Amino acid sequence: MDFEYMTLRQKIRRILRFGKVGSSGKRLNRSVWGDIFLFFFLGLFGLFSAWPLIFVINNAFKPLNEIFLFPPKLFVQNPTTSNFRDMFNLMSNSWIPFSRYIFNTLFITLIGTSGSVFISSLAAFPLAKFNFPGSKTMSKMIVYSLMFSGAVTGIPNFVIISKLGLLDSYWAVLLPTFSSSLGLFLMRNFMTQIPTDLIESAKMDGASDFYTYLHIIMPLAKPAWLTLIILQFQSLWGATGGSFIYSEKLKPLSYGLSQIANAGVARTGVVAAVSLFMLIVPISVFIISQSQVIETMASSGIKD
Amino acid sequence: MAVNESVVMKKTPVRDFFKKFWEKRKKKTKHTWQLMKKNKEKYVMVAPFMILFSVFTVLPVLISIFFSFTNFNMLEFPDFIGFENYKRLFLADDIFLIAIKNTLILAIITGPLSYLMCFGFAWLINELKRPLRVFLTVVFYAPSISGNAYLIWKLIFSSDMYGYANSWLMDLGFINEPILWLQDTSYIMPILIIVQLWLSLGVSFLSFIAGLQTVDKTLYEAGAIDGIRNRWQELWFITLPSMKPQLLFGAVMQITTSLSISSISIELAGFPSVEYAGHTIVTHLYDFGSVRYEMGYASAIASLLFFVMIFTNLIVQKLLRKVGR
Repeated sequence: MDFEYMTLRQKIRRILRFGKVGSSGKRLNRSVWGDIFLFFFLGLFGLFSAWPLIFVINNAFKPLNEIFLFPPKLFVQNPTTSNFRDMFNLMSNSWIPFSRYIFNTLFITLIGTSGSVFISSLAAFPLAKFNFPGSKTMSKMIVYSLMFSGAVTGIPNFVIISKLGLLDSYWAVLLPTFSSSLGLFLMRNFMTQIPTDLIESAKMDGASDFYTYLHIIMPLAKPAWLTLIILQFQSLWGATGGSFIYSEKLKPLSYGLSQIANAGVARTGVVAAVSLFMLIVPISVFIISQSQVIETMASSGIKD
Repeated sequence: MAVNESVVMKKTPVRDFFKKFWEKRKKKTKHTWQLMKKNKEKYVMVAPFMILFSVFTVLPVLISIFFSFTNFNMLEFPDFIGFENYKRLFLADDIFLIAIKNTLILAIITGPLSYLMCFGFAWLINELKRPLRVFLTVVFYAPSISGNAYLIWKLIFSSDMYGYANSWLMDLGFINEPILWLQDTSYIMPILIIVQLWLSLGVSFLSFIAGLQTVDKTLYEAGAIDGIRNRWQELWFITLPSMKPQLLFGAVMQITTSLSISSISIELAGFPSVEYAGHTIVTHLYDFGSVRYEMGYASAIASLLFFVMIFTNLIVQKLLRKVGR
């Protein structure tokens, strides 16, 4: 139907495109006024959610005189890249070469993410698909461990890591990451949905469990480990090392950048550039793997 | 003779019972052992995770509970002092009571609200067609992507007239002089609540979006034929019951985060915050664990938090399982 001959109602529907379409092509159970109301509601909260980010993006491109303009304006008038130039200048003048911070973060993020994906998927497969003595107890323990946060185990963790002699090394951050129960939980729930027939027929052909894991389960569980990659990447990218890593040369990027940002009001513009820089990488990773993520999280539930 | 016989008669069934029990036990153990041997490879696969999990999750919980009964300062060997730490928490530590009050306020407001937000937005976004849907997912999820993006709020609620909130309110004529947002005890909690809600569309939000996409589409058509007339009925009778696993998972995530709010309080309201207005159980824990090194006392706080979290989660799980039944 031509747009100009539509009734107002149809026009709104065509623009908003809300709702599921049945096999007959007709939309089910959706009223236009409901659509409009919900659309405005979404837009309002979308703005609430997005405006601090809009704010950072704009601030990062503001020249110094605009940052201290009174009353402050949200949108940048004459965008410049001087903040980014200052950021890179400060980086190259810092006491520890910045490439070192970048290396530390890349090392922790890459090893941490891939190690976590490997270890938790390796354990998730037997727990999801087989019944053996202890498997139920282990699954239950993992569900329970989702129910409390890292704050509870902070002190003993520090004691354990120092007793193991891992303090002030990458391992102090990496090893706890490898045993993330959220990761194992997501993997296990996704793998439960893989048809058991596939595994049994592989067994008939004489495949070992590890072979089945590597050649059948992992390709099928791609959405699950992509999700895990996003979640781990996000948390490791922002990791500061905290009290576990105290040598300057082992500190990660986000620590180095926060040092730059700490020098007071004069660096407000640089701070915005730094925040944007720290944000842009995980957001890109998220957008790239977005379509796959959605599939996995579907199986993230706790079953009765 | 007769007496003797009766004793034997009485004794035999008892002995038999034990013998049988022992035999059964032995058989069962042997059976289990054989099963374990047969599944050797699976144990090898589970081992790396389970070893790390025991060392970094199970053991810490046990150690924390053990420390909570001791007087431990990281230097001397801990000595056992029974329930002293717990007594001190509830009877002699006024600041802990403030922390409990703040934590409960934050959890009761942000927990359910953020849960509803996660579901509501996931549901609305799911109604949209693809490009717009992806865009909005990114917009809503972006705040929780980056570890410390919430520091932006520090600039917004900065207490001089250059702070955005202040300058806009002054511009519009609502106030004449800047409000000390993060120093005024009556504003700290509302600001923490706003920021926490802003941050709350995280893992559970993604899980809900995914869950919504796996609901069997034919159910909606069948429902329409069976007389479901609007989207609200559809939500209640079809969508919610099909998403129960995700709803339970989301609840666990939101409860756990809402009870452990701490870093936004430390970064925005300062540490310690003015008159402890933004003090929570976890910041109290941080105070004793990382500042004063009273590890025994800090462990008591941690253990208490552990039980509160598990308890709340189990209760909410029980309630949620009843929905739609």
